[in-house]
Parts: sequence; structure tokens; C-alpha cells
Amino acid sequence: MTPEMAIKLSLALPLFGAAGVIATGKWPNVREAVTMIAAFLTFGTVCTLYPVVAAGGRPELYIGEVLPGLAIAFKVEPLGMLFALVASGLWILTSIYAVGYMRGHHEKNQTRFFTCFALAISAALGIAFSANLFALFIFYEILTFSTFPLVTHHGDAKAIRSGRIYLGVLVGTSVAGLLFAIIWTYAIAGTLDFTPGGILAGKASGNGVALLLALFAFGTGKAALMPFHKWLPNAMVAPTPVSALLHAVAVVKAGVFTIMKVVVYIFGIEYLTDQGASQWLMWVATYTLVVSSVIALTKDNLKARLAYSTISQLAYIVLAAAIATPAAVVGGSMHIAMHAMGKITLFFCAGSIMVGAHKTNVSQLDGIGHRMPFTMGAFTLGSLSIIGLPPMGGAWSKWHMVLGAADADQMFFAGVYMLSSLLSIAYLMPIVGRAFFIAEKLPEADDHDHGEAPLLCVIPSVLTGLGTIVLFFIAEPLYQLLLPIVGVAQ
Amino acid sequence: MIQSNMPALIIVTPMLVAPILVFVRHRIVARVLAIATAWWCFYLAVSMAGVAQDTPIAYDMGGWEAPLGIAYTVDAFSSLLLLIVSGIASVVLPFGPGSALLAIPEGKNNLFYASFLMCMAGLMGIAITGDLFNVFVFLEISSLASYTLIAMGKSRRALMAAFSYLVMGTIGGTFTLLGIGMVYQLTGTLNMADIAQRLPDVIDSPATRVALALIVVGGSIKLAVFPLHQWLPNAYTYAPSAVSAFLAATGTKVSYYVIVRGIFTLFGVSFVFGTLHLERLLVPLALLAMFVGSTAAIFQTDLKRLLAYSSIAQIGYMVLGLAMANQAGLTGGIVHLANHAVIKGGLFLVVACITYRMHTSKIDELGGLAQRMPLTAAAWLVGGLGMIGVPTTAGFISKWYLVMGAIDRGWYGIAFAILLSSLLAVVYVWRVVEVFYFREASDKSNLEAPADMLVPTWFLIAMTIVFGLYTPWSAGLASKAAALLLAAS
Repeated sequence: MTPEMAIKLSLALPLFGAAGVIATGKWPNVREAVTMIAAFLTFGTVCTLYPVVAAGGRPELYIGEVLPGLAIAFKVEPLGMLFALVASGLWILTSIYAVGYMRGHHEKNQTRFFTCFALAISAALGIAFSANLFALFIFYEILTFSTFPLVTHHGDAKAIRSGRIYLGVLVGTSVAGLLFAIIWTYAIAGTLDFTPGGILAGKASGNGVALLLALFAFGTGKAALMPFHKWLPNAMVAPTPVSALLHAVAVVKAGVFTIMKVVVYIFGIEYLTDQGASQWLMWVATYTLVVSSVIALTKDNLKARLAYSTISQLAYIVLAAAIATPAAVVGGSMHIAMHAMGKITLFFCAGSIMVGAHKTNVSQLDGIGHRMPFTMGAFTLGSLSIIGLPPMGGAWSKWHMVLGAADADQMFFAGVYMLSSLLSIAYLMPIVGRAFFIAEKLPEADDHDHGEAPLLCVIPSVLTGLGTIVLFFIAEPLYQLLLPIVGVAQ
Repeated sequence: MIQSNMPALIIVTPMLVAPILVFVRHRIVARVLAIATAWWCFYLAVSMAGVAQDTPIAYDMGGWEAPLGIAYTVDAFSSLLLLIVSGIASVVLPFGPGSALLAIPEGKNNLFYASFLMCMAGLMGIAITGDLFNVFVFLEISSLASYTLIAMGKSRRALMAAFSYLVMGTIGGTFTLLGIGMVYQLTGTLNMADIAQRLPDVIDSPATRVALALIVVGGSIKLAVFPLHQWLPNAYTYAPSAVSAFLAATGTKVSYYVIVRGIFTLFGVSFVFGTLHLERLLVPLALLAMFVGSTAAIFQTDLKRLLAYSSIAQIGYMVLGLAMANQAGLTGGIVHLANHAVIKGGLFLVVACITYRMHTSKIDELGGLAQRMPLTAAAWLVGGLGMIGVPTTAGFISKWYLVMGAIDRGWYGIAFAILLSSLLAVVYVWRVVEVFYFREASDKSNLEAPADMLVPTWFLIAMTIVFGLYTPWSAGLASKAAALLLAAS
């Protein structure tokens, strides 16, 4: 398969999957098989691109110009490669999980659910492979609209309200901020292509650069930088597979991925650090990072706690992008994968607990580790990775980010990373502690005796949990893959 | 023969068919004749656009040369207008016979089609003629025909709406006529090309300014520029649905053409914006239109009214584009003519489908419509996304150029305002989407609109996506038109 074909297929296969899901909607087993096949094939196709990119190739695919100079075109570079691998790889596990969850939970409208899910994956891959900001923006908006029906899946008053906030914040920020920034960039640079070293050097300066960066950073609402983070906790009304893959991986990572791409390929890290235009963003990211961690501490609802944890982890990556030293950028990019694996595990487990035990709050989880040992075991692995302890993948990304902060003589921000690790211990470990070390309270009248969640839920959770360990050992190839984006030859 | 006379044929054919239709009592024959005429005009418009977008076509009516006879000129700008008017007519006329029948008194179908063709001929005439007085004549032809069309609405209030449009329209027409008269007095000619040459000699005369003011204000009334828009919501609401679709997509657009021609071709940018700074008047009005129109749309309880107020906001974008008077901005304003025609025409047809089946266009009575009319509701969704300006839809292209134009002028605040106001469209579109999709219908039986209504509707809705991805015929033509207009002045 030529790399060009592989790009085409990896975008098209999820779409075919969506069409297949609609066509086979009447036969749930066939329908789920279609999703699964689409997911496997997509991941397989994306994988064929990896050796090419790792060897220094940058496969391209040109679709056509929408307006003169503004093309829908794709070009696979390391950062996008990584994001695509993460999104498509975890789609497989999430599809398996979703079958168990949706059936275990007796959810309605499953055909619509799986259709929109596949569309969202296609959009996420479109973002990953976009060769310019114009194409990226198109897929960014498609991702917003294709996930809306997933957020409002239950169709009740709460879902509609959350849907409004979801759409309001994401569309609002993207139109008023991101689109403005993109058109502005085009007006001064005359191009929107992602170019190593950036396209803005010498075309804007001082406050202009800072303002443009602000429009990009806040305009990318999917990165959930405060004060535009509210949509994420609200999106938790969606069924858990959505929270797991989309609101811990695909959608939010599309946000930080966009910021990372803009910093590396539009501003250029050297130009950005020269101008000192990102200093303010470090503070905003730090604020988001610390405040959302503290809010996470106060949340008793498990999914809400995880959502705030995600906001804080996204701010890690934004902080790394703002520091913009080579080590920080590579570390932040690695964190896209590391956090994805850890956080999806935690959401899988939260969903399993909902399906298996009908419990949603941290305070209800006393002793649950004995009833659901695999689920809570996976939860422990995921937590450790989020905290950043070896031998979990999260350790490496954090290592590089701290190193990057130190490189820039930003010892304060290096300290922030350390502090936030402590905070994440504080909001995650009590859950593990309760599950394994506090005895279960006497069953209440309406409590039912339960064991593990359905097998289709448990297996993916355990696999991603183990995946965090695997990532620790395969961090080196990832690191090597990412080095060229900061101008270091392989 | 046909090839060389296309500019005349496109106007003469509908004008000849219209009186014939008055005598054609047979419903189907009248309908087929009207549709065939519209399609024929569209074919002519397409063939001419192919040539005219690069080299303008000049045509002397009856073989009489310019100062004596009437000259027709087809350039990129006029061919875009011809395409819009004939194209929308070609889609709207075949739109379900039921819809037309519902609203139109028994036995008057042929009169409806006759007025429709006259209106179409008038609108195209304005765009094609190179003679200033001829503009006024065609303006009146199209206006009189549209008063008749609006008055055919089923509700008795249609009469009142048509009457107030008649009063406003006549005032606007009179202003325009006075302006044209003064220009004639100043330059001694009615041929636009000649006027453009002679006006610079008398540019300092106060009469020139008055003439410009009269033409701009007269055009603005017909264009429904805020705050001269009062006639529009009622006219669109009470007219027969297919008429609303046609007029919303084409009627005001042609007035925009008149204003742009007047400013750029006749008076010239350096005078209008350089000396008089007309943008200081137009920009605030455009911004007000964008925000007030969209905000008013949010609070409407009736779908047709909602769309009408949204039109006022969209006209604001077009005016803003012309006030920028630079390549990107003017392109944005002009391309929005085409894009908005397709989007708004499509959405009005959606509403026509809904009223045909549900007998109401009150938003509150349409809960759960997606369960009863899934394809119609989906058409609203897609058309609405176009209105918001989501990427891959036509609305996005307009927005892109307008913001680009504002940034080129250094108007960063206005660029931001354009984007902000488009978020208001999210609110009024999504409000309806929520009603369609999240409420439960009391009766869930399928009521999907018939195919002869759905096909034209979805055709226009699909064009919103097409014009969002493939732009040579919309943005390409508009950009050539803008270049031509800016070069001329």
C-alpha cells in the first residue's frame, strides 16, 4: 500500500464503518462487527504509515483547493503520526468496551451512537494528518458537530443543557478565537501550511505574537484551558465510552495537538521563545493545572473527578508548549500518548463500575476492589501512570517536560509539574485506597450483590492498564519518532 | 443566432411567455411552460457566464448603438446575478405543485406563473442592462410583480404586507428615479459606461452628492438595509412559501447589485469612500443589522419570521463587505449574495415543506419534527449549519472573505464582530434543531414531505455544501467581479 493510499484509507475506513453501521443497524451483532472491523482496519492502515514517518518520510495527500491558496491537503509528520496511532489504536479497545457497556447499560439509539463515533474518529484522523491550518480547522469543527449527538445521547433535560454548553463553548471559541487567528495568520503570512520552523518569523512581533498566540490558545476550546473548560465536565453526561475515547483522548487531544502544532509549525519554537510571547500562557496553563487539580479533589462523582483531572493534564501539555524548549515540546507531545493510555483506563474502569455495581461516586467505592479486582487493578495502573511513577509510561513524558522547563531556566514551572504530581496522588490514590483497604459497608436495602463488570468491559480496561506499563518500555522509539519536530535529526 | 443574441433572449423570453401564460388556463401546461422558461434562462445564464467571466459581453438592443440605443453588458458581476436569479427560479418553480396550490386562489395558477416570470425577467434585467434608466424600468417591473406575488399569500395579512412593501418599495423606487434623473442632468447620458467617464468632471458639484445619496438610499430601502428593513419580515412571512424562497434568495440581492454598480462603476471608490467616507455610515449600519437582526431572529416564534430577521442580518454582512471596498471584502459581500441565496432559498423551502404538512410554521408546534419528517428536519440542520458558516458549507466561504477583508483594512475589531455575530446564528439555528430533535412528537406517524417538494429543497441544501467545497462558480466569479469593480473605479 502506498503511503498516499494509506492516508486516504485511514480517513475513509471510519466513514465506511459509519455507513456500514447505519446499513446494518437492525442486526446489532453484525453492526458491532462492522465497527470492530473498521477499527481494526483503520488502525492497521495507520500503522503502515509509521515506518515511513519514522524513517523520515512525510507522506502527503492532496485533495483540492477550496479557495485559491487554501487546500484540503494532508501531510503526515511525527506529531500527527503519534496522535493518529493513539486515536485509532484506542478506538479498537473502546469499540470492544462500548459493546459491553452499551448493552450492559441498556442504552437506546445504539446505531446512532456507533455511527457518530466512527465519524468522530475520521475527523480526529483528519486533524492528525492535516497539512495546513485550513484543513485542520475543517476537521476540528466536524469533530465538534459529530460528537454533539454523543454528548446529548440520553436526550433528557440534563443532556440537552450540557449539549448547549458543549456546542456553545467549542463552537464559540473556535469561531471567535481559532478562526480569527487562522485568517489573521493567513493575512500576514500568506500561507497556512505547517512548516518546520514556523511561518510567522519576522512577520509579526512582540505584542502581536502574544495576541495571536492567545487567540490560538483560547480559541482551541478543546484544549480546555481555563476559563473555557466548562464543556468538559458537562460532556460527562455522555455514555462512558464517549467520555473515555473522545473526552479523554480524541477530542481533548485534538485540542492540545492543535496548540502543539501551532507552536511548532506556525510560530516555530525558536521564534516563540525569542519573542518571549508565551510567558503569559505558562501562567494561564499553571493556573488551570493547579486549580483544576484542586477542583478534582473536591469532586465525589468519579467521572467529574476524572474530567477535572483531564483538564489539569491537558494544561501540562499546554504548559510544555508554552515553555517551547525542545525537551518540553517532545515531552508534551509524548504526554498526548501517555495520558491517553492512562486516562482511558480510568474512564473504562469508571464505566465498568457503573455497569457492574451501579455506583457513580467515589464515596460509594469502599471495598469494591474485592468484588471487582481486575477493574480496580487496572484503575490502579492507570492512576500510577497519570501520577507519573515508573514503571508507567506517564513517567517519561513528565520527565521530559520537567527537563524542558529546567532547560529554559524556568525552575518555577518545573516545580509546578512536581506539585501537580502530588495533587494527582491526592485525588487518585484515595480511590484506590478505598477500593482495596477500606471494608465494604453493610449492603443497603436497594444494593445488589455484584461481581465484576461484563467481560467485554473488563478486558479492554485491563489491556489499557497494562498498556501504560508497555508504554514505559517503548518510550524510546516514541522519543526518537518525535525528535525531528524540534529540529533534531534522527 | 441564439449564441449572439443570448443577452436579449434571457430577458425577452420570460417577458413573452408571461403574457401567453395569462391565456393558458390548463394548470399543467402553464406549469410546464413556466418551468421550461426558467430552465431556458438558466441555460442562457450559464452559457453567458462561461464567456463573460473573463471578457464582458456587450450587446446593443435592436442593433442601436450605445448613446442612442440601450446597451446590455454582461460581465462577471452581472452573470453571477443572472445565475442566481434564473438558478433559484429553476429550482423553486418545480417545487411541489401542492405548495403553490395551497396558497394561491383556485384557477389563478397561470397568473401566479405569469407574475413569477415577470418578476424574474425584471430582476435579471436590472443585472444585465447597461442603461441607467433601464435599471429603473426593470426595478419597477420586478417590484410590481413581487407585490402581486406576495399578495397571493393565503393569510389575509398578506395583503397588508404586500401593501406596506408597495409603499416602501415605491418610495425606494422614487428615490432611485430622482437619483437617476440628477445623474442624467449632470452628465447628459444614461449609458453607464459614459456616465462613469463624465461624472469625474462634475464630481465636486453638490448635485453629484445628492444623486449618490438618492441612489444609495433608494437601493437600501429595497435591499432592506437596517433600519430601512421594516417591510421585509411581514412580506417574507405572509407570502406563499415558494415566493418567500424566491424573493429572499433573489429580490434583495438585485438591489445590492444596483448599489454596488452605482458606487463602484458610476461614482467611483475614491469619491464615495475617499472623499465622502460613506463607510462611516455603512459600517455602523451593517454592524447593527448583523447584531439586531440576528438577535431578533433568536426571539421569533415563527420559522418564517426567524428566517426573515436572519436575512436582515445577512444583508448586513453584504453591506459590510462593500463598505470595505477592497478585494477580499468586496468578494465576500458579492459571494455572500450567491451563498446566502442558496442557503436562505433552501431553508425557506424547508419551511414550505413543513407548513405544507404540519399546517403551521410556529416553532413551538413543531416538537419532535425529526420523527415525523426526518428528511425535512435534516435539511434544516444542514442548511442551518450553512447559515452559521461551519467549514465545508457556503456560509464559511463568505465569512472567510469578509474577515479577510476586515483584517486587510486593519479593522480588527470589525473582523472580530463578524465572527461574534455569526455565533448568534448558532443560537437561532440550534434552538430549532433542539425542538426538532429533542422533543417528543405527540403523534409519530410519518408525514414526510412528498418527493416533488423534497427534491428541490435538498437540491438547494446540497448546493450549500457544494459551494462550501467547490467555489469557482461562486467565490471565483465573485472575486473576478470584485477585481473588475475595483479596477473600474
